[in-house]
Amino acid sequence: MENLIALLVAAPLLGAAVLLCGGRRLDRTGHWIGTLLAVASFAVGVLLFTDMLGKDAEHRALHQALFSWIPVEGFQADVAFQLDQLSMTFVLLITGVGSLIHIYSIGYMEHDERRRRFFGYLNLFLAAMLLLVIADNYLLLYVGWEGVGLASYLLIGFWQHKPSAATAAKKAFLVNRVGDMGLSIAIMLMFTTFGTFAFGPVLESVGDTGEGKLTAIGLMLLLAACGKSAQVPLQSWLGDAMEGPTPVSALIHAATMVTAGVYLITRSGAIFNAAPDAQLAVVIVGAVTLIFGAIVGCAKDDIKKALAGSTMSQIGYMILAAGLGPIGYAFAIMHLVTHGFFKAGLFLGAGSVMHGMNDEVDMRKYGGLRKYMPVTFVTFGLGYLAIIGFPGLSGFWSKDKIIEAAFAYDDGIRGWIFGGVALLGAGITAFYMTRVMIMTFFGEKRWQPDESGNEPHPHESPKSMTIPMIVLAFGSVFAGGLFSLNESFVKWLEPVTQFEHPHPVISVPAITASTVVVLLLGAGLAYLMYGRKPVPVTAPRGSLLTRAARRDLLQDDFNHVVLVRGGEHLTRSLVYVDHTVVDGVVNGTAAGFGGLSGRLRKLQNGFARSYAVSMFGGTAILIAATLLMRAV
Amino acid sequence: MSPVNYLYLAALLFAIGATGVLIRRNAIVVFMCIELMLNACNLTLVAFSRMHGNLDGQIIAFFTMVVAAAEVVVGLAIIVSLFRSRHSASVDDASLMKL
Amino acid sequence: MSFPLLTATAAVPAIGAIVTAAVPAARRTAAKWLALFFSLVTLVLAVLIGVRFAPGGDRYQLTESHSWIADFGVRYELGVDGIGVALIGLTALLIPFVLLAGWHDADPQETGSKRWRPTQGFFALILMVEAMVILSFEATDVFLFYILFEAMLIPMYFLIGGFGDRAHAGSDEKAAAQRSYAAVKFLLYNLVGGLIMLAAVIGLYVVAGNFSLQEIAAARASGELQMATSTERWLFLGFFFAFAVKAPLWPLHTWLPNAMGEATAPVAVLITAVVDKVGTFAMLRFCLQLFPEASKWATPAILVLALISIVYGALLAVGQRDIKRLVAYASISHFGFIIMGIFAMTSQGQSGATLYMVNHGVSTAALMLVAGFLISRRGSRLIADYGGVQKVAPVLAGTFLVGSLATLSLPGLAPFVSEFLVLVGTFARYPAIGIIATFGIVLAALYSLVLYQRTMTGPVKPEVSAMPDLKVRELVVVAPLIALLIFLGVYPKPVTDLVNPAVGHTLSDVHEKDPKPEVEAAK
Repeated sequence: MENLIALLVAAPLLGAAVLLCGGRRLDRTGHWIGTLLAVASFAVGVLLFTDMLGKDAEHRALHQALFSWIPVEGFQADVAFQLDQLSMTFVLLITGVGSLIHIYSIGYMEHDERRRRFFGYLNLFLAAMLLLVIADNYLLLYVGWEGVGLASYLLIGFWQHKPSAATAAKKAFLVNRVGDMGLSIAIMLMFTTFGTFAFGPVLESVGDTGEGKLTAIGLMLLLAACGKSAQVPLQSWLGDAMEGPTPVSALIHAATMVTAGVYLITRSGAIFNAAPDAQLAVVIVGAVTLIFGAIVGCAKDDIKKALAGSTMSQIGYMILAAGLGPIGYAFAIMHLVTHGFFKAGLFLGAGSVMHGMNDEVDMRKYGGLRKYMPVTFVTFGLGYLAIIGFPGLSGFWSKDKIIEAAFAYDDGIRGWIFGGVALLGAGITAFYMTRVMIMTFFGEKRWQPDESGNEPHPHESPKSMTIPMIVLAFGSVFAGGLFSLNESFVKWLEPVTQFEHPHPVISVPAITASTVVVLLLGAGLAYLMYGRKPVPVTAPRGSLLTRAARRDLLQDDFNHVVLVRGGEHLTRSLVYVDHTVVDGVVNGTAAGFGGLSGRLRKLQNGFARSYAVSMFGGTAILIAATLLMRAV
Repeated sequence: MSPVNYLYLAALLFAIGATGVLIRRNAIVVFMCIELMLNACNLTLVAFSRMHGNLDGQIIAFFTMVVAAAEVVVGLAIIVSLFRSRHSASVDDASLMKL
Repeated sequence: MSFPLLTATAAVPAIGAIVTAAVPAARRTAAKWLALFFSLVTLVLAVLIGVRFAPGGDRYQLTESHSWIADFGVRYELGVDGIGVALIGLTALLIPFVLLAGWHDADPQETGSKRWRPTQGFFALILMVEAMVILSFEATDVFLFYILFEAMLIPMYFLIGGFGDRAHAGSDEKAAAQRSYAAVKFLLYNLVGGLIMLAAVIGLYVVAGNFSLQEIAAARASGELQMATSTERWLFLGFFFAFAVKAPLWPLHTWLPNAMGEATAPVAVLITAVVDKVGTFAMLRFCLQLFPEASKWATPAILVLALISIVYGALLAVGQRDIKRLVAYASISHFGFIIMGIFAMTSQGQSGATLYMVNHGVSTAALMLVAGFLISRRGSRLIADYGGVQKVAPVLAGTFLVGSLATLSLPGLAPFVSEFLVLVGTFARYPAIGIIATFGIVLAALYSLVLYQRTMTGPVKPEVSAMPDLKVRELVVVAPLIALLIFLGVYPKPVTDLVNPAVGHTLSDVHEKDPKPEVEAAK
């Protein structure tokens, strides 16, 4: 059975190779090839999953070693895969949601002449993402890690003729590279500490080293996670990444790739468990991002950017949970999976809306769309209820558990702080999602003809797009409940992530009740602000906070002034230095010799008698020197 | 008479010759001064030969004479052709040795 | 006596150069094919070296030794270790692509000029460089190596000064002046380095009494040949200076951007991917083996210089406006990595550095040759003159992107493996330096992607709107290089297997052992 693991990666990789190298002759069939291979990978995943279910919990992990990758004295990196319950969860999520989004894209990208290439990139992404989650060592994980970064770069910048898309793609890659730096330093630290970077040996020998080293490794892993999962302070790329086609936003920037940081932290659980300081850092990053993303989400009028803020915030929840240790890992992953369903569904819904509205993204120009696109409305609405944590739906089960766990972080003040932040986040989530919902689907129509007189004619999207949305809506509704039945999800992951029951500082029913109250408050406030009176088509000036939030809380401005401008000045002055100083020293030496020889040339005046004088003088000096030497 | 006196004489002759080379402009005179210096050298060679009691110095003196004769032939020819083209025998007029 | 394979591998391109140069002026095309044929034969011979070489066997294999200048103990001594085999392979592999890429670079500008001979010269000079570079990778006699090290400057000088890039801003006279400036600068820098090395070579002879690398190294290892500490350091510095100029190491680097900017793209590849490797190769083979103690003494300073090269080269690459100069500064950054790996004195670092030499050769060749195709289409080297090429020439843009990604060491492509090994190897001994060097990977992403963004994406500029995509000849050049980048990124084992034993020997020369991992050391 374990020989099938490689197939998971091989199928989409083959697709990418065929589609990208195949050339124009595959334009007609390319999208089918891509979709087929994604589904094939999903089928392999399901096959492996059923096989895994048939075994008892302790013997489910599979291992497949392919070949020795970088054999150097003292340094062994192998291409080997490990498929345990954690990886399996991701494999199913990635291939499942991935296949759905391939299908959706067939319709969404129908009119794009470069559709074949789009599918090639999507397949490349799937391969890299699968490699990331089934690698059995950190270095191979790193390959997948950067591979998804590449796919993300290519897909964000898919419409390269738009300068904004090209810039956003570059920005995403660069910010991620900063995170990647963290990952590579972490791997180097592991190598010098443990002599290896395979998951098994590293995580088993955590006890053999000091806490200082582990904290350092943990912080570096956190840096990596911050980059990939758009956590503060490396979150700035995610909003811009919405320049990519919407299926990409759904798959990469909502359901799968951005959650890789959560995977990394959960996978390295043993390291974090032994380094409480690193854990605290993780929790702080998660809590800050959770609020940060939520505030940004409240102010955006671009539907995709509002959802991007929400993604950031939800991943903040997962990171927070992952930082809590064994009480949180399972819930982090559970929220990750349910989030994968409802956020992908929301993005696909947004894509469907844009498809019907001539690619308009400004929610102020929507309004009342429920009449025109009923299927989109219903699926989007179910996703909405799931994300705000409406009791009974997926988000409720997973988010509520995270809030509980956050309250259980510590007996004292920490539990209250982080629990409170998580609770507050739930309220803001309800607020901004209700805002999105109302502005898009309720109220009066607010769209107008554009300059060339084209008025949008909102219509329901084709079947290839609505079916994936419906499937995801089912997931948004039922997945959470299913996972929580008998704590089945927690038990499934327990052999990998360990599990301890959280003991919150206040009782569990009280937490659940206050969560529901907070979300009703948030949703009610949004209704009061946006549902009761018509939404203005041009955005009002807004408060200071609103204006800052529209600009991503000024982080881009900070980056621009400090990093971009500063960097430009630095490089410019260095170019100058290279030309004048470094080169100047050499040219100066040359000029010095030139000047000296110019002077010396004047001695050569052509008068025979002056030559004679120098000869006599020279001879006299020589003789004098000889005599002196004799005398001494 | 001590052979050392010959050395004093040679030094004197050499000094006269050297001064002549340095201060006179007429090429013929410069030339004669050079001959004077050569002969001063010959004199020292012969004197040393006498002092040390072997003949090496005298043999070299013969060589010097031959070389001096050959030099005179070439040198005078150059001076004559210079004089023909420039109507002057001053060495400072012939400052063509630089680029 | 067995077949002198090493001599043959160097002799074939040398003969090829003479034959190519002798082809009559009108038979230009025949000369090109002839040159290509000879370079392919060389490649076959290089592969044969790889097959005959047994990685686990003697340190130097396929050795040849003949008396040459008996009075000074100079011998014609050849032998290869794994590092040499890898680099010979790289050289022999790249030259056919260089020739193919430069197929039209030396064609007469006016058609029908019957007496035009430089075409033959161009191809002959490239083959001549190949012969000398290959022989310098094989030479185990210090004097023989020195001669080759200097002699290869002559054909390089003519290649840079005589066959400039036809895409230039401004008048022909100005371009010619810049070109000759670049060529003279190249020559002077390397000559100064070479002269200092000559002094050190003579000094070595005075101390050791012969020029044979193996004999001297053996005598040093057994303690027969003692050197005073200061003598060893001076000799080391003499050798190292020459290699650092060639490599090039900051602050001796300024000749490279000029030379690579003014030369045609294939010649630029020849400079950075082939000829410069002789410098880093010689550091491994001569500096470490002959002067182990001095090498260790100089290590901290060299590592700092290498670190400066890495960051400084990358920052300057970001600030460039000229595509080829950008690649040149990127190369300076990469050479910093190679030198850092060599002097980290760990097996990961040195294996990584050797691998880096090979990978950097292939990746720079891919990027630079595609950049050359791009430049020849538009007739400008300025980044600002491009935009939106991706729309009109997708294959060209795609290959350019792969080249850029290789330059920024994307995992899955060959340079990643070597860069990571170098970083790990350095980190194991000098954590601070390893961490600072890691910043290089962010900067590499910056300059590579900025280059790609500014040239390939955005709205199509009117000047590039009619740009044709890659032709078959150009694809034949680029596709194998890209395939090789992917192959060596996924399966570098063939090269590491070659290199590992040689690196082990070098490390034992300097009496260094890898630092033990903390956990193991504790036990």
